[in-house]
Amino acid sequence: MSEPSAITSRAVLDLLAAALGRAVEEPGPGAVADTAREGEVAATVTREELGAAVGTVLGTGARHVMLVAFGGAAGDATGERAAAPGAPGAAATAAAATPLAIEEVLAVPAGPLVRLRVQIPLDDPTYPSLTQQVEAAVWDEREVHDLHGIVPAGHPNLRPLLIHNPPPPAAPFKPFVAHGDGVYQLPVGPIHAGVIEPGHFRFSAVGESVLYLDARLGYTHRGIERFVEGRTFADALPIVERSCGVCTVTHATVYSRAVERLTGTAIPPRARMGRVLLAEMERLYNHVGDMGNICAGVGFNFGTSRLAWHKEQLLRLNEALTGHRYLTGVVAPGGLRLDLDERGLAGLGAAVTEIEHEVRSVVRLLVRSDRFMNRLHGTGILTRAEALRLGAVGVGARASGIADDLRRDRPADGYADIEVAQVGAAAGDVAARFHVRAQEASASAALIAELAASLPDGVVRVSLGNNPAAGTVALAGAEGPRGASWLWLMAGADGRIERLHLRSASFANWPVVASVVPGNIVPDFPLINKSFELCYACTDR
Amino acid sequence: MPLDLIRRLTLPFRNPVATSRYPESAPLIQFATHGIPEIDPALCQNDGACVAACPTGAIKWTDGRVESIDAGKCIFCSACVAACPHDAMSMTPLVELAARTRDGLVRPTEGPALGPSPGVEILLADPSAVEHVRVRVESKLGRSLHVRHLDAGSCNGCDWEIAALLNPYHDVQRLGIDFVASPRHADLLLVTGVMTPNLAEAARRTYEAMPEPRLVVAVGACAIDGGVFAGAPGSGNGVGGAFPVDVFVAGCPPRPEAIIEGMLMALEKRG
Repeated sequence: MSEPSAITSRAVLDLLAAALGRAVEEPGPGAVADTAREGEVAATVTREELGAAVGTVLGTGARHVMLVAFGGAAGDATGERAAAPGAPGAAATAAAATPLAIEEVLAVPAGPLVRLRVQIPLDDPTYPSLTQQVEAAVWDEREVHDLHGIVPAGHPNLRPLLIHNPPPPAAPFKPFVAHGDGVYQLPVGPIHAGVIEPGHFRFSAVGESVLYLDARLGYTHRGIERFVEGRTFADALPIVERSCGVCTVTHATVYSRAVERLTGTAIPPRARMGRVLLAEMERLYNHVGDMGNICAGVGFNFGTSRLAWHKEQLLRLNEALTGHRYLTGVVAPGGLRLDLDERGLAGLGAAVTEIEHEVRSVVRLLVRSDRFMNRLHGTGILTRAEALRLGAVGVGARASGIADDLRRDRPADGYADIEVAQVGAAAGDVAARFHVRAQEASASAALIAELAASLPDGVVRVSLGNNPAAGTVALAGAEGPRGASWLWLMAGADGRIERLHLRSASFANWPVVASVVPGNIVPDFPLINKSFELCYACTDR
Repeated sequence: MPLDLIRRLTLPFRNPVATSRYPESAPLIQFATHGIPEIDPALCQNDGACVAACPTGAIKWTDGRVESIDAGKCIFCSACVAACPHDAMSMTPLVELAARTRDGLVRPTEGPALGPSPGVEILLADPSAVEHVRVRVESKLGRSLHVRHLDAGSCNGCDWEIAALLNPYHDVQRLGIDFVASPRHADLLLVTGVMTPNLAEAARRTYEAMPEPRLVVAVGACAIDGGVFAGAPGSGNGVGGAFPVDVFVAGCPPRPEAIIEGMLMALEKRG
């Protein structure tokens, strides 16, 4: 459980005032009721003050959460915002014509989330890049450049990320490669040999050893954030939820929590615990499936088959519970859209316990196999310092000695009422991530069995509270199978979406994977990749 | 470690053969399974509540009545069932939803009761369908049906269901179907996703790398015409615009059994 706030919102504002030498107040409009704003503080700073303000907040031990740009619909220079005038919601957004701005969001440990807002003039859309200060913001700044035409001045790598063929004058994408005697390039993708998502990986290798890896993603960019602008909170749900088809509970939950914060809605007890149950079901099937994929990365077919079978069993339980094998369409603003099926719930605890028992026996066999563990030990090492510097989240961070877990650090819904076991490892290699995943899978199964037997009765959904004032912002996070996903939501008029930004756990971890691979051999890349188990779809959106 | 050894030796007895007999047997469904929704004409008051509730416009409303339900657009969310004030709508457990044409996915609400799609009926007519399929595959191709998967901008849901075809339960290799690493070795392309502009070039080159004749199966609502992303800035609204599609498999995502059915229908089409 989180400690009582060591640093209050007031203290953060005071620190900022001292650093900037002026009074700092929160930006309007529409401050929400105090309860909804709990744990969140915002301040407006100028472009020149941004570096100092971020430095001050980082001084409290804060981590980067996201960088989001919004407003200025009429004036953005490149990318889909300018290119898609006919898209639904375009008219509503253009009419609102909020000034162009960015917000850097940082999380103070045992303290509030800090939103630093900077207004960006349309005739000079630039601000000093944060990447030198906050390396985790490197891809965020590329995205802001792609989609809003805002230039982070001094950014070391401003190549296109999501818009692959930007209209001129933007420079086309060029891969980063290493040069030298005996260095060759190995291009892989975007269409891969296996049944996986598209991404392009450019290895610079000497013999088998990787010198440098340049990962190019964005292939599945559908423009979801732009697409939901101007829609009602209810209409956007099926779209946001499908940012990624295998962490739908996480994405529906962060979205629903943000909407609930905006509207001041408290969800009923059955929905609070039901969301925990669904989130743990999602974690369990993902972790079991991924341990199987790690076996595939090693070429150990026994483990691949066994764990694929147990994952199939878990998907059936998902279906028995919700009607959907990937739990889609259940979590919604106000609680749960559908009640959990009583017949599915009845046998759930026993079934999950039995499957967990079998999975544990497979894992026991795997860790006793020297041939298997030899490939895992010492492969793809992510040091604690590197993980902190690059902003790793989820299993990747926990296997490198960082105890981050939003379920414990910022508990929401039912997580506020239960204790989540702390799981971790220090080695930071594939073996450590495998161990963390195995332990988390067992912990999730125990939690599911407990919750299935003790789910409170009653309704699962309440209607939303009053529509927030236009321009009100809410932030919400959730710990999914791949780590912490965050959603930033700005309300427009009449309960519609002005701007939505989803920074998924995979988005945070992709630059980490790319930096971990050099020093390993090329055939270990699939193994390292699978040990982090990242989605492409919710990175690209 | 005698206990461990005993566990290993008894593994096959504790876990008997799990593999599905589909298409000989029906697809495995659960109590809560959401298949295609159905309207009971006796209860329907034609008030249009379901039409308004549908997030993807799958329910067609003509001349003041519900004309048809488009399985290709349906995302099986059951919003229509919840919206109907007369309890006229229900989610059926019907998940085998493949069709040879786009129009074949549109299911009229009137006329004879809707059973399984024709592909399944053909297969079920044969008492040993699994053997039948293998013989068909071999007689047509002289070897396995080689399949290449192409993600053209999906959410990963359809891709995981395609990956599930290779697990010990669905195990498509028992049908003489196998996945290959290169499009140059493939007879059939399983395409998922909306076809994003960023992937258009790679998708085209994948298709062109396949030897003739090529079969294409569009898997899932996004590949059929964009699904929930129809009209999004980075959505090509389905793969139909990029290359000719032989079979459409409806679902969000389609069940593994439905994908198998779609591949078998494509094979029959090649005839």
